[in-house]
Amino acid sequence: MLSMSTNNLSYNDQGGSDSAVEVGQETTPTSSNAGAGFGLFSTNFKKNDDLKEMLESNKDSLKLDAMKRIIALIATGKNASELFPAVVKNVASKNIELKKLVYVYLVRYAEEQQDLALLSISTFQRALKVTHDPNQLIRASALRVLSSIRVPIIVPIMMLAIKEAASDMSPYVRKTSAHAIQKLYSLDPDQKEHLIEVIDKLLKDKSTLVAGSVVMAFEEVCPDRIDLIHKNYRKLCNLLVDVEEWGQVVIITMLTRYARTQFTSPWKEDGLFDENSETAFYESDEKKTKNGDEKKSYMMDPDHRLLLRNTKPLLQSRNTAVVVSVAQLYWHLAPKHEVGVITKSLVRLLRSHREVQYVVLQNIATMSIQRKGMFEPYMKSFYVRSTDATHIKSLKLEILTSLANEANISTILREFQTYVKSQDKQFAAGTIQAIGRCATNISEVTDTCLQGLVLLLSNRDETVVAESVVVIKKLLQTQPTQHSDIIKHMAKLFDNIAVPMARASILWLMGEYCERVPQIAPDVLRKMAKSFTSEEDIVKLQTVNLAAKLYLTNSKQTKLLTQYILNLGKYDQNYDIRDRTRFIRQLIVPNEKSGALGKYARRILLAPKPAPVLESTYKDRDRYQLGTLSHTINTKASGYLELSDWPAVAPDQSVRNVEVIEPVKEWAPSLGKTGKSKLSKSSDDKFYSDSGEEEEKEKGSGSSSSDDSSSRSEGLFGHVCTIKYHTFFLVPVLLSVVPVSGYTVLSQSKCLSRSLFSLCILTPCPLSCAAALLQVSGPAFVPEKRHDLLHRMTGKGLSAQYQFPRQPCLYQPTMVSVQISLTNTTDHPLEQIHIGDRGPTGLDMHCFNTVECLLPEASVTVSLGVDFNDSTQAANFQLCTKEDQFSVSIQPAVGELFLPATMTEQDFRKEQGKLLGMNESSATITMAAENTTRQPISRQVATVANLGVVPSGQDNIHRFAGKTASSGAVVLVTVELRESSAALITINTEKSVMGPMLLRDLKRALTRA
Amino acid sequence: MINSLFLINPSGEMFLEKHWKSVVSRSVCDYFLEAKEKALEPEDVPPVIHTPHHYLISIYRDKLFFLSVIQTEVPPLFVIEFLHRVAEMIQDYFGECSETVVKDHMVMVYELLEEMLDNGFPLATESNVLKEMIRPPTILRSVVNTLTGTSNVGDTLLTGQLSTIPWRRAGVRYTNNEAYFDVVEEIDAILDQSGTTVFAEIQGVVEACVKLSGMPDLTLSFMNPRLLDDVSFHPCVRYKLWESERVLSFIPPDGNFTLMTYHVNAQNLVAIPVYVKQSISFFECGSDGRLDVTVGPKQTMGKTVEGVMVTVHLPKTILSINLTATQGSYTYDNGTKLLVWDIGKLNPQKLPNLRGSLSLQAGAPKPEENPSLNIDLKIQQLAISGLKVNRLDMFGEKYKPFKGVKYITKAGKFQVRT
Repeated sequence: MLSMSTNNLSYNDQGGSDSAVEVGQETTPTSSNAGAGFGLFSTNFKKNDDLKEMLESNKDSLKLDAMKRIIALIATGKNASELFPAVVKNVASKNIELKKLVYVYLVRYAEEQQDLALLSISTFQRALKVTHDPNQLIRASALRVLSSIRVPIIVPIMMLAIKEAASDMSPYVRKTSAHAIQKLYSLDPDQKEHLIEVIDKLLKDKSTLVAGSVVMAFEEVCPDRIDLIHKNYRKLCNLLVDVEEWGQVVIITMLTRYARTQFTSPWKEDGLFDENSETAFYESDEKKTKNGDEKKSYMMDPDHRLLLRNTKPLLQSRNTAVVVSVAQLYWHLAPKHEVGVITKSLVRLLRSHREVQYVVLQNIATMSIQRKGMFEPYMKSFYVRSTDATHIKSLKLEILTSLANEANISTILREFQTYVKSQDKQFAAGTIQAIGRCATNISEVTDTCLQGLVLLLSNRDETVVAESVVVIKKLLQTQPTQHSDIIKHMAKLFDNIAVPMARASILWLMGEYCERVPQIAPDVLRKMAKSFTSEEDIVKLQTVNLAAKLYLTNSKQTKLLTQYILNLGKYDQNYDIRDRTRFIRQLIVPNEKSGALGKYARRILLAPKPAPVLESTYKDRDRYQLGTLSHTINTKASGYLELSDWPAVAPDQSVRNVEVIEPVKEWAPSLGKTGKSKLSKSSDDKFYSDSGEEEEKEKGSGSSSSDDSSSRSEGLFGHVCTIKYHTFFLVPVLLSVVPVSGYTVLSQSKCLSRSLFSLCILTPCPLSCAAALLQVSGPAFVPEKRHDLLHRMTGKGLSAQYQFPRQPCLYQPTMVSVQISLTNTTDHPLEQIHIGDRGPTGLDMHCFNTVECLLPEASVTVSLGVDFNDSTQAANFQLCTKEDQFSVSIQPAVGELFLPATMTEQDFRKEQGKLLGMNESSATITMAAENTTRQPISRQVATVANLGVVPSGQDNIHRFAGKTASSGAVVLVTVELRESSAALITINTEKSVMGPMLLRDLKRALTRA
Repeated sequence: MINSLFLINPSGEMFLEKHWKSVVSRSVCDYFLEAKEKALEPEDVPPVIHTPHHYLISIYRDKLFFLSVIQTEVPPLFVIEFLHRVAEMIQDYFGECSETVVKDHMVMVYELLEEMLDNGFPLATESNVLKEMIRPPTILRSVVNTLTGTSNVGDTLLTGQLSTIPWRRAGVRYTNNEAYFDVVEEIDAILDQSGTTVFAEIQGVVEACVKLSGMPDLTLSFMNPRLLDDVSFHPCVRYKLWESERVLSFIPPDGNFTLMTYHVNAQNLVAIPVYVKQSISFFECGSDGRLDVTVGPKQTMGKTVEGVMVTVHLPKTILSINLTATQGSYTYDNGTKLLVWDIGKLNPQKLPNLRGSLSLQAGAPKPEENPSLNIDLKIQQLAISGLKVNRLDMFGEKYKPFKGVKYITKAGKFQVRT
């Protein structure tokens, strides 16, 4: 209370004098009104006369009540603009609530009262100065209101304020400035160039608070300046998980567009299954690849992969808009075989609010036309419930129709039978159309559908019957030859059908195909002649048509009938019918006046008519980016940004490289207030590709919690990964050398490694020094041994074998490549062989592309990459065909988890020196007699493990080197021959589990003859 | 992005409007009202309407239309999701979302809307942040406010919006530290006439009520996480840990929130807790029919089925009904033709039955399709999927919290076709 009274005092200095005058003029007591004001508002504006007085009183409480009533007026859409002068005076009030309400008022009416609004500007300007107010929230809200005042004259002031705020130290103020950019742009588009400068600056911001807002500003002001994104691309990808959900939607949408301009199409990779016309071309390419040529035509840009990888977790967001934006990103950017991951999430959204369902179903409808397989397993989720809203029902129907294929059509038709009986007749009619579409798409069921539809002709409901006739008509038009019996049947039913539209349709069918039913058509005409006068107009018109067509084809039987009908029509009450009759008579009945037209009567009336196409209304919706408003309304909304086609050649990748390499810190949280959660979260996205084990350690060492159990070596290990990560994206060209830096780091202390690392990057010939130490070489030996993956008995005729080709994996350097040869031993083709569920604890795998069809006795070799994570844990997954799923597992021998390396003997010894003690395991064995020379030893070792031979100066010592595929740890093997065929095997590696395992395998191999 | 928001009641009155950019005349709503007239039910109004200059995106919720006006391309779900957040916010602040509540708290709702969007882009949608800026009304506070003249507008510095965990405010203190988790599972099913399951799935949600001091870091683990097929999380959950270890690790928001929703692997057969024997028939001649419905327990895992309710939308041609229920009571609204039979607890010894006659309007044809039955039920202390919480661990704080887990199974969209 004390502080408030002082507020009033200071305030009185400003406005006291004129309020006194006003009060003097109007003597109505206001205090009685004041208390009751809150909560009530009167619709009659005259009763609000006292508001002005209240605003000019000395008491904050009175002012507050007045403001509340004014805001209530605004909220209900009433005009309160005449109070502007009285309100604006309170803009500098010290009472926060009052001030806020004044701001709200100001923003609403400033546009209408520009001159008066200017009075308030100085208040905001003052608040914007850091020196004036150290509270970031006050600065932010001042900027927010200032920029919301749509008065062109203050554009320069706004510009200045935005520029200043963009370099504010508080991220919240910077966020507000990003919002202000859009407001200024809409007020004065001429400021574009200056604003782009600010956007460029804010895009570089590392705060998660700013990212979403500035991308929004970018999208609104300069969406075509894609060049501004290059340098920030990786940062945006990495920040994405931590950005607030609304910002995520905007960033993902923008990055989708960006990626389509910067990367080459990943769809070429599986050209075989691409529906595009490129098929043939890539097919030949694919074959080449199979012939052992390891150079695949397509290799995904690591940045492209980064985007896909970092958006995937967001499929689990609770915000439906985020989920759909990730789904559309995958749809537009991911290789075809990876798009499947979005299915589950989209289906999950069907549980959400009705409006969400509507939009999601629309997107699914578009997707399901192109990729039936994606949603087919979830077909039942699209079953209609009687409680669904009409638009939901029709969308579900649409999707079910798209999903229909030979295998599931009987289920779908059974479901449709239920819908046809629905009380919602509009929906029933929609179902009939859907049945029609199924019938045209799947030739096996055309007859069944037609029979079913014919049964519906006896339905009581007009809409249903009319729709059935129309659909039957369309179906018959597409294949008229086979179905004269249905036309006959319809003729039989004709007497029972009362719906005019349906009767008219049948008559049209009779006329159109009168030559196929020469017996019946004239009879129908006879009946019609009898009842002509009592028919509806459209039926009469079709009767006249039928008569004309019959007259032309079968004039002998129908001449009299036709003349009779034409006479009836001539005197009909409806002028359309009279008109048509007159026209027809002139056309078909030859007389001297008919002239040239009569000759063509047959061609006019019996011209072959194009069959109507029964196709989905969502067929060409994919021209719009999914998830957009334009897609939903199927027209281009204003401000819609086209998704460009993939470039044929990828633009320079290096534009995304960031010049200045900051040490590991760059990835540490920039606002480290809540250290732990932030750190663990940022490490989350950093290590998304890496195994959970590593990530956990990183978290452990970063967390402030007491369980600091991570040992020194683990800590180091964490850094290895970080740096590897750096290298991976900074020097993508040198992919194969990547682990080298990791290797170096291992042997050095932490800080040294960092400096060494940055040195490597900055030197013009990066890593060359390190590369000399350890280079991945080709395999010394590729074992022919194949392992059974799936026996043909258990695989119902599909047999699969795998072998390790010992090639570095193309998909990811940490993966081990595995070749699987699939053979079809059955007598029918197997379709859609692919990898299904990998189980929750599945290892990171790069699946092969779905094999669409494997002919009997044919076999195909596919390759996949598995990140075994340097353990011999089996990779379990499901090998699926169209009908079946088989659980299989790949069990790697420890030796397959290495990549061979070449190094000099000197380096070998140096490395060995560092890996002593715990890291060494050795055993003495008795060698088989023939294994005592260099060649057999090398072969035996190479058979067991994928290691490279190190040239050795001594005849009795043989050395082999390699590194583990996943983490790149060095593995050194020494075989030292002693007297009488005894030998000492020594293995040095920091992988303390792999060492003994390898030793055991080597022992077995070398002792065996 | 979002230009304006109108709140419209079912009779078409616009009782609140808020503009975040230039003012849009309310005549724009005419297009919407037109569409509303055309639709039979309020639910049938298309959510997205295209007018010459604007796009109208609306939701219908709690008997209110939330209509937003858009001028340029924006993901429609972005708007829809936001509108639902507005409705949830009103619910959260005032206990319910209805026309009267909004009219009573007009100024506060308006202020909240002002804070939620800036220039049409969401600024603060976390209830925790909003509550710091504008305190929700309580009886005690409004008394204090009138006496002391203080206000509901927060004058403290906001911390939530600035922190990296915007869902939790700093300096939370409780004398009793408690964390409760409700595992609620809903069975969505369609059964056909013969009682065979056409389609069934289980959707679950873990609702949490966490009242813990300080910055607790919680880890919730399940006995059988493999059951969970598809999940979505509150932003506080660390996704990566879920991926690798199948545990939920999070710093919780303060108070009530939805921790996760999940879908149970569809390959597992879904246990249907009740069966429904029904026969609804209309006689070809004459203008009446019969209805006979019996509900009984099926796979209930030894628990009692409670809160059983059968809802039927009878055909429009029904004139009147005359039924008797052996248990519970039924209500019938002749205007909407809605029959609701509230059974209550299911007694396996004495199965509840509802039977009687239906009479049709004279001359009306026999309805072609029998109405489907919507079943509602509740089973306490059971998660039908068998999901079990293993343990809850807390790090980061010293005190011992009180922990509790509750399981409930409900019927979701549970429909029996007849």
